[in-house]
Amino acid sequence: MFDKLRDWERNRHEYAKAWKEHTGGKVLGYFCTYVPEEILYAAGVLPVRILGSHEPQDVTEPHIFGMFCPFCRDCLAQGLRGRYDYLDGIMIAQSCLHIRQAYTSWEKHRPTEFSYYLCMPHHVQSPRALPYLTEDLAQFKTAVEEWTGATITDGDLDEAIEVYNENRRLLRAVYELRKAAEPPLTGEEAMEMVIAAQMTDKAEHNQELRRILRELPNRQNGRVTGARLMIIGSEDDDTKFMNMVESCGATFVVDEHCTGTRYFWNEVEPRANRLEAIAARYIDRVPCPTKDWVERKRIAHILELAEVWNVDGAVVMQQKFCDPHELDTPAIRKALEEKGVKTLFLEFDVTVPVGQFKVRVEAFLEMLGEEDLFE
Amino acid sequence: MATKQTYETRPLECWGKAKEIRKKYYQDYAAAHERGGIRWAGGAWTFGAIPCGLGDDVHSLTSEPYAASIAADKKFSIKCLEATERAGYARDLCSYMRNYWGSVILDEYLWGGPFPKPDFIWQDHICCSHAKWYQVVCDHEPGIPHFCIDVAVGPAGEINENKLNYIVGQMHDGIEWLEEVSGREYDDEKLIEAVNNECRSTSLWAEVCELNKAIPAPLEEKTMFSLYVLGTLMKHSKVVADFYEELRDEVKDRVENQIAAVANERCRLMSDTQPPWGFLSLFRYLESYGAISVGSLYTFGLIGMWEDKPDGSWGPRTTPRQKGIEIKDRDQALKILAEWNLHKPEWQHFYSPHLKTEMMVRIAKEWSLDGVMLHYNRGCEGLSLGIAENRLGLLEAGFPVMTFEGNMGDEREFDLARTKTRIDTFLETLGFKKD
Repeated sequence: MFDKLRDWERNRHEYAKAWKEHTGGKVLGYFCTYVPEEILYAAGVLPVRILGSHEPQDVTEPHIFGMFCPFCRDCLAQGLRGRYDYLDGIMIAQSCLHIRQAYTSWEKHRPTEFSYYLCMPHHVQSPRALPYLTEDLAQFKTAVEEWTGATITDGDLDEAIEVYNENRRLLRAVYELRKAAEPPLTGEEAMEMVIAAQMTDKAEHNQELRRILRELPNRQNGRVTGARLMIIGSEDDDTKFMNMVESCGATFVVDEHCTGTRYFWNEVEPRANRLEAIAARYIDRVPCPTKDWVERKRIAHILELAEVWNVDGAVVMQQKFCDPHELDTPAIRKALEEKGVKTLFLEFDVTVPVGQFKVRVEAFLEMLGEEDLFE
Repeated sequence: MATKQTYETRPLECWGKAKEIRKKYYQDYAAAHERGGIRWAGGAWTFGAIPCGLGDDVHSLTSEPYAASIAADKKFSIKCLEATERAGYARDLCSYMRNYWGSVILDEYLWGGPFPKPDFIWQDHICCSHAKWYQVVCDHEPGIPHFCIDVAVGPAGEINENKLNYIVGQMHDGIEWLEEVSGREYDDEKLIEAVNNECRSTSLWAEVCELNKAIPAPLEEKTMFSLYVLGTLMKHSKVVADFYEELRDEVKDRVENQIAAVANERCRLMSDTQPPWGFLSLFRYLESYGAISVGSLYTFGLIGMWEDKPDGSWGPRTTPRQKGIEIKDRDQALKILAEWNLHKPEWQHFYSPHLKTEMMVRIAKEWSLDGVMLHYNRGCEGLSLGIAENRLGLLEAGFPVMTFEGNMGDEREFDLARTKTRIDTFLETLGFKKD
C-alpha cells in the first residue's frame, strides 16, 4: 500500500530529476523544515528537503569540525559528492548552528544559481516575531520572483497554501488511524510517508494519500501491535532503526520530530495578508527546541500526543552532539516519566549500531511488558 | 627568519586595577541584597545597559566569564562538571554552561558561600545554547523570571529597519517586564548613560587591540584575556570605560617607547576561540620560541567594536558621541544599542564562516602575522562554528595554520603535552627554534 511513497523516499533524486524534466521547473534543496515552502511552490519551484544517505563518509572533515552533529555532515556529504547536482537553488531557514554549516559550506563549495538564508526568528513566543517574519517573507518572495522570473500573486499563494494544507490534513488523517488498538500502518511506513512528503510535489503526494486513506481503514497488515511506542527527538529518517524496533514486538504509533509531526501538525490559517498567514503558521508550529523558549511549549504537546495515542513507552533519540535536543532531553524524560511513560534514550549517528540498539530495545520492551505480568 | 632582537619589557601599571575591578564585580553581585539592591544573571553578550535603568544598585553575574573562572579552578570545575552530568546533561554540551549549572546544582559560589540566586534572568540569544542555558537554570531554581531577546537577525551588512524593529521591540517589551519583576520605575537617563558607556568601552577596547599592530606588540594575548574580560562583565559601566581609557593611554605609551610584551618577539601569531582556561601556560610556552599571540578575532571582537577606517585599515568604531549624536530618549538609546551590537565581529560568523575568514585574514595582514593557531574548541559550539572553513580560508590566503583540539572549560578534553608537541612542530616548520 505504501510502495509508491517508499519508492519516492528511496529514489528521491530520480523523482526530482524526473519532475524537473517533466515540468521544466526549478528544484530547490532546503536544510530545515522552517523553510516556508508555500512561497516557493507558488512560484512553481519544487522544494526538496536535503537529507543524508546514512553511509560512512570522509569528505566533510575539512569543512565541519567533528563535534557537530553527524546529520549536518551527512547532508553536506551529499552535496560534496554531487548527488544533488540537479538543484537550481538551496536555502535554509535559521534554526540550529549545526545544519547551518552544511548550508554555508555547500553554498561556497557547490554554488547554485540561487541561495538564500532566511533569518527565521528564534523568539517565536514574542509578539514581535510575526511582523518581523512577515516583512522578511516579503523580501524572500521578491528574491524568489527575481530568481524565477515569475510574479507570485495572492492567487498563487492561495493555491499553494491549499495544496500544503491539504497535505497536512491528509497526513493527520493517516495519523488518526494510528490511534486504533491495531494501527493499520507501522511507524516505518509513517516515517517513509512523511519523508516522501518533504521531497515530492505535494499535489502528487496528496493524490497518493487520498488513495491510501480510502484503503487504509480496511487494511489487515497481519502483525501484532505489541507495545505502543512513541519516538521523540531530533531529525530522524532512520527507517532501518524503525524497522528493527518494530520487528521486536512493538509498533510506533506516533512521533515528535521534524521528519514527522513537527513538520505537518499545523496549517496555514487564512488571513488577508497571505505572507502574514504563512509567517503565523511557522511561528505557531510545534517548535524545534532551538525556538522553544522561554517556556518549553513542546513538552505539553508531547504529553498530549503520548496520552491521546495511548503510548506505553517512548524512545527519546537525538543525533549525536545535537545541543538543542540535549538541552531538552532531561526535561522531556522527566515529564514523560511523571506521567507514567517510560523512556529509552538513544544517541544516533549516521549509521546506528543495530545489534547494540536491538539489545537495548528488547530490554526496554521487556521492562514495559513487566507491568502486564501482575494485572 | 627574523634576527634575535631583545626588546625592553615591563609589567602593565594598570594591571592591579583590572584585578580590583573584577574582584569587586563578583563581590558586589553576591552582596547586592545586603544593600537592598538587585541581582540579575545573563550572558556576556546580553544588553546589560538596559537593566541599568532600574538603578545604581543593580548588579549582574555574566555567565560565560563566571564559568571561565570556574574552569581555571580545576578542582572546583571537575566537581561542577560531574554534578551536571549526574543531573543527566550530556557531556558534549557547552562547557561554560556545564560549569555554571554545576555551581547552581551544588549551590556553591566559586568565591565561597552558597550560589547567589539572581532575582531575574536577562539574556540574549544568538547561539542555540543561550536561551536554553537559563531554561535549565530555571529547572533547577524554579521561580526565577526569565526574559530573553533574540538578536539573530543576520550579519551587519544586511541590517534594515525591520530587523532593528524586531530587536528594539523586544527591548521595549523587556523594559516593561523589568519594571514588573523589579517593582521599580525605569529611569531612561540611566539607560542613556549606560549606552554611551558601552559604546565608549567597546570602542576603546578595539583601540587597545589596534595598538597591538605595533612591532614589538605591547600586549600578548594571555594578558589581554585578563583585560578584555572586564568588558564581558559590565561593558556598560563607567568604571570599565574609564579603565579602558587609562589602559589605552598606557599601551599607547608602550608603543611609542617600544615596550614589548615579550622581550624576544620574532614570531607573531593569533589564536581563535576561547583558550583552554586551565592551561593558559600554553601562551607562555610560545615565548620559548620567541613567539607571541598578539590576539585573535575572539579577544578583539568578542566585545570590541570595529569599523573600516578611511585608509582601509580596521580600527575602533566611532561612538555616537564622537559623531556628535546626543541620545535623547529611550527609543533612540535602544536603537543605537541594537545597531551597535549588530556590528559585533563575533556575531557575524553565525551567518557565514566566510565573513569570519575575511576578518581573520584582515587581522593576519594588518597585525603582521606569521601564522595562526586555531583552537578546535569542543566546549563552544557557537565560536567553533565554521572553524574548519576558517582554516581553509586562511590557508587559501597564504597563512600557515595549526589546529589543536581541546575544550575551554573541561580539562578532561585537553591534552597539554600533545598540544605543546603540535606547537613545536608548527613553529619549527615555520623556521623558528627554541632559545
